[in-house]
Amino acid sequence: MENLYIHIFLLALIVIISVFAVSHYRIIRGAILLGAVSFLVSISLFMLKAPIAAMFELSVCTGLITVIFISVISLTNPVYAGQKKINEMSMVKKIIILFLIVAVCGFFIYLFDEKNINWIPVMNDAQKTVTTKDSLWNLRHVDLIGQALILLTGIFAVVVLFKKGKEEK
Amino acid sequence: MNAESLILFKFYIMIMPILFIIGIFAVMTAKNIVAIIIGIEIMTKGVTLLLAASGYFGGNPEIAQNFIIVMIIIEVVILTIASGLIVNIVKKYDSLSTKNIRNLKG
Repeated sequence: MENLYIHIFLLALIVIISVFAVSHYRIIRGAILLGAVSFLVSISLFMLKAPIAAMFELSVCTGLITVIFISVISLTNPVYAGQKKINEMSMVKKIIILFLIVAVCGFFIYLFDEKNINWIPVMNDAQKTVTTKDSLWNLRHVDLIGQALILLTGIFAVVVLFKKGKEEK
Repeated sequence: MNAESLILFKFYIMIMPILFIIGIFAVMTAKNIVAIIIGIEIMTKGVTLLLAASGYFGGNPEIAQNFIIVMIIIEVVILTIASGLIVNIVKKYDSLSTKNIRNLKG
């Protein structure tokens, strides 16, 4: 595979940026860094031959989720600005701890890999002929109802949460 | 699967728990509610990558795309509900810190 080093570079970048996104004391920068992580994940998805999922990731996660985060932060910012710094642990301390955790986790996974486990996922022959269109629209029946219900739950929750109370009216 | 592909697949398998642990760390240590949601998002990114990699290296990325799309939808719904909750919490408690919303009233 020619793209081996590009894949590894992207994965390393994803880990580093997500460490910074989690540990940054300014939440708005954390949200923007999360958008950057989503962008890198969508590039990885393109390279893993999942273009539809990559487009979803790019439009929804990089675009919509970042916009929602920024709007939530701007809605709550006046209160936040008046408070003391909420995160007690300092950013440098967090970053050091996170990189240590990543190193320890990588070491344990490396030890686990020494056991020569067969990592290759097994797909049966029937599944290999299925296209994305088939599996999205033709093969799914009951779970589409579930997906629609999840979306309706979200809409219902937003309507309930943002409803004006009697006192506000 | 050749040797290089196997190495790459192992890298993807390694990334998933690392991102998951970064997310769990954020959820456990952050005091700001928005930072906790960012941690949850990072966890889902790890799962997305693992799903895509297992589909690609298993020889069938089409099935994996389905799971990823469904997961993205659920992710957005979670975020939307959480953002509504956060706005209401700030209205009620004037705070984003989890310390201030820990007490029950009534």
